[in-house]
Amino acid sequence: MTTVTTPAAGPGTAAGDPTTSARKRRRRRVKGNRATPYLMLLLAVLLELLVHIIPMITGVWMSLRGLTQFFIRNWSAAPYIGLNNFRVALDFNSPIGSNLVHSLGVTAGYSALTVGFCWLFGVTAGVLLQRPFRGRGLLRTIFLAPYALPAYAAVITWSFMLQRDTGVVNHVLVDELHLFHSRPFWLIGGNSFVSLVVVSVWRTWPFALLVLTAGLQTIPTELYEAAAMDGAGFMRQLRNITLPMLRPVNQVLLLVLFLWSFNDFNTPYVLFGSAAPHAADLISIHIYQSSFVTWNFGLGSAMSVLLLLFLLVVTAVYLYSTSRRRTDA
Amino acid sequence: MREPSWVKVTRAVVLTALALFTLVPIYVMLTSGLKPLRDVQGPFDWIPSHLTVEPFVDMWHTVPLGRYFVNSAIVSSCAMACSVVVAIFAAYAVSRYRFAGRRVFSVTVLSTQMFPGILFLLPLFLIYVNINKYTGLQLYATRTGLVVTYLTFSLPFSIWMLVGYFDSIPRGLDESAQVDGAGPLRTLIQVILPTALPGVIAVAVYAFMTAWGEVLFASVMTNDSTRTLAVGLQSYSTYEDVYWNQVMAASLVVSAPVVAGFLALQRHFVAGLTAGAVK
Repeated sequence: MTTVTTPAAGPGTAAGDPTTSARKRRRRRVKGNRATPYLMLLLAVLLELLVHIIPMITGVWMSLRGLTQFFIRNWSAAPYIGLNNFRVALDFNSPIGSNLVHSLGVTAGYSALTVGFCWLFGVTAGVLLQRPFRGRGLLRTIFLAPYALPAYAAVITWSFMLQRDTGVVNHVLVDELHLFHSRPFWLIGGNSFVSLVVVSVWRTWPFALLVLTAGLQTIPTELYEAAAMDGAGFMRQLRNITLPMLRPVNQVLLLVLFLWSFNDFNTPYVLFGSAAPHAADLISIHIYQSSFVTWNFGLGSAMSVLLLLFLLVVTAVYLYSTSRRRTDA
Repeated sequence: MREPSWVKVTRAVVLTALALFTLVPIYVMLTSGLKPLRDVQGPFDWIPSHLTVEPFVDMWHTVPLGRYFVNSAIVSSCAMACSVVVAIFAAYAVSRYRFAGRRVFSVTVLSTQMFPGILFLLPLFLIYVNINKYTGLQLYATRTGLVVTYLTFSLPFSIWMLVGYFDSIPRGLDESAQVDGAGPLRTLIQVILPTALPGVIAVAVYAFMTAWGEVLFASVMTNDSTRTLAVGLQSYSTYEDVYWNQVMAASLVVSAPVVAGFLALQRHFVAGLTAGAVK
């Protein structure tokens, strides 16, 4: 469906483009009415239109209106003001614009750290769990548990752990390890960014493990046997077989992790409430606050549209460059 | 295939560290729910000095947790059932038919995954209010509205995963069913679905978890009587005292069903990902 296909042959030819062979064996038409596929898609299309497509278009429409608190009751009467909302959002000398840039920066840092650590933890645990040993099944189950926990239950537990006076984090760092003289605050001030990243990594890395485990299972064991026969050790097998074979999985995984963390609302919202500390002001929370605190939905929509455009550009560039590198290699 | 000892040592150290990182919050959740209030208001203790089940009793009265629970259960089950049915038909069409718009459909559905939720929160609210104005159908602040919203959240991933699953089922199976005179619907139900059952189960679990854990839309699109756990669990914190022991007990109770379900079915989940996502 997407640009991702499993390389059919060994690591040497893994980078080759297998789409031609895939296309050849693709779909002979099954007997049936011409309308059949459309009927089957009907519900999915209607729902996507209702919940995603039409609201998105409405969002763009709202971003061009002066939709302030005076028009809450009568939305359609809000005046058309062209690109004014965008001008306000992008005026970096004003507090609104500079706060937006600050929030984007925080979000970018947060995403980079979350994606990086999640992938690193996921690939490390995945590779170490690849060969059978006693306790492997149990460990896998433990690692996956955070992914199954509902976001709010997990994050609320963390917010209890991060309490200054009663939390386990300060108990370990201050009372047991004596790393700090006075108890630091973790949910306000600069430390809140660290807390946010740690909680997010804790919640998300099991997903990376899950996907990478599935990816590792598609690597034929004969490859490792042949490599071992040639005298390749653990590190060489990792570098020459495992990582190249995981490349198509990584391409999708990194993108999904990036989009999730960039749009993350749950973690900061449950951890800090709707007023996030300045240092942890993720873009989703920022827009939510700008919309509901000032009741300026037009401006909030303009910021959302800018966010979507930004994500579209990043995704397009990412897919373009990673796909090209694969065919070049 | 013999592993050198440094691999074994590294493996033990790294995996233990990761297991500790994973388990500490779960341990805190388990033990704090069994502590009396004064113990969670003082310095943290690894080993609870007094054990009590009171938080598990009181949590139902402090906030109307039972009602939130029922709301979440109804919304998540309905969203799961609808999402699975819709995804099965859509995935079957994409996997087995060539038709105009097939690629556009696939790409559009997948790309909705990257939309920031915040972008369509307010418009969706506006649309629901307008639907009510013109058709009388109440979607805002109702469970129906939440079901419709949540089921589309899990659709893209579900369709994607099922297409991969269906693609891996040999076309010969369809054709022999059709030689026997089965139409597309019967082929799907009698031949494809039984073969793809693990994928369907994985998708169902995913859809349920998505609905059970959603926070953003639940915080705006519900009122007192339709509130779900996602919002309800935070109301322990609005009182003067935060009843942390009850919060932890409630977190444990609302997590238990989904965690148990997911861990019991994780095998199918990995199998589904292998067939679908990794393809």
